[in-house]
Amino acid sequence: MKTIDVARIIPVIKKLCIDANYYIAPDVVAKVNEFLAQEESPTGREVLQIMQRNYELAARLQMPLCQDTGVAVIFVELGQDVHLTGGDFNEAINEGVRQGYTDGYLRKSLVGDPIVSRRNSGDNTPAMIYTEIVPGETINITVLPKGGGAENMSAIKMLNVADGLSGVLDFVVECVRRAGGRPCPPVVVGVGLGGNFEQSAFLAKKSLLRPLTEKNPDPQWAAVENELLGRINRLGIGPQGLGGTTSALTVSILAKPCHIASLPVAVNIDCHCHRHASAVIE
Amino acid sequence: MSEIKHLNTPLNPADLEKLQIGEKILLSGKIHTARDAAHQRLVELIKTGRSLPFDMRSAIIFYAGPAPARPGQIIGSIGPTSSCRMDKFTPALLAAGLKAMIGKGERSQAVVDALVAYQAVYFTAIGGAAVVAAQAVKSARIIAFEELGPEAIYELIVENFPVFVANDIRGNDIFRDGIARYNRE
Repeated sequence: MKTIDVARIIPVIKKLCIDANYYIAPDVVAKVNEFLAQEESPTGREVLQIMQRNYELAARLQMPLCQDTGVAVIFVELGQDVHLTGGDFNEAINEGVRQGYTDGYLRKSLVGDPIVSRRNSGDNTPAMIYTEIVPGETINITVLPKGGGAENMSAIKMLNVADGLSGVLDFVVECVRRAGGRPCPPVVVGVGLGGNFEQSAFLAKKSLLRPLTEKNPDPQWAAVENELLGRINRLGIGPQGLGGTTSALTVSILAKPCHIASLPVAVNIDCHCHRHASAVIE
Repeated sequence: MSEIKHLNTPLNPADLEKLQIGEKILLSGKIHTARDAAHQRLVELIKTGRSLPFDMRSAIIFYAGPAPARPGQIIGSIGPTSSCRMDKFTPALLAAGLKAMIGKGERSQAVVDALVAYQAVYFTAIGGAAVVAAQAVKSARIIAFEELGPEAIYELIVENFPVFVANDIRGNDIFRDGIARYNRE
């Protein structure tokens, strides 16, 4: 049993919110370099080069890569042998977000209610917190600041079982085609397959956590991802939708068991900045 | 593909006439930010015959809500938001004299048609390159709707702000043409 005061979580979340927004992640840099070398469109190459210049400037000037510093999506793996003390765990996470978005000069992009007032909550809380209890005595945290433009292009569908793999592939490809230049391509395509209605959406989001430079550990799914990436990059959308051969940097699938009558599929799109940062509290 | 062209605001009809989709433009002069909430208010003001917070005639609207500036900084990161959310409001603003918009991503056919009807253009900036864009902003001040926070209307003076012509006054569309050119399905 390990005792951890929730106050220790606050500065960790604060730093992750800032770091994810200021510093482009190495896996994204590697993928953009790889695609820049292959991009056929001169405008596409120019856009990718402007993005690279933006990485350098953001880090040097300590400014967020994108003005849309997003909703703070936070994945927590909480070791079951951790005993949390000192206050409310979720409130500690929100306090970290509050401090990170305020002290880091990040944009506050949440409204307190979706319809009636749509008044800005002022401190970018509440965060979207997903906590999973896992074996162990550490707290693993990933912050995924998620912008609105890419998130808006996401989709979910309860397919017929008979639609099979080809139905899944078509749904994902059509979702990316319809999104076009709006979600800031080249995008990262997260696919949640199976589970039920809400779990498929969660899986799609969670699939974005896999480093872009890593393949799916299951070779069968790795092959499906590869086929999907090929189809998506033949759509011609290109960087910012101006036409080109780089429409997506990767496709990541998470599949789970589902009901005999069901085939849920969800697509969650992330923009080319694909901001993420992780830490472990021991 | 793109040779760089410089343009100064206000854009006159001869400037607009020459613009071709895919051209890279370095824009200098005065522009205004407005996004979802500000658009709703601007169109409401037009509908009720009240005066607007800035002169819409020959105006250029940038669909953007900046990140906060650090002390001493002109502006925080500022890049385009998805333009499609403003499509519903755009024809009314074009009718009031708006001549150009800067955003990212495709517009509806209704907007593309309205650009032809009102002889106006749509530029795309590079989404997610908001520090690069902020370097082109030489002054910034909030002129309306401060209570909307990042959705307030800012008057910006920009110098060599990089954009691409996405929709011209003849109904051409870089997204349609560019994507068709590289489609290999």
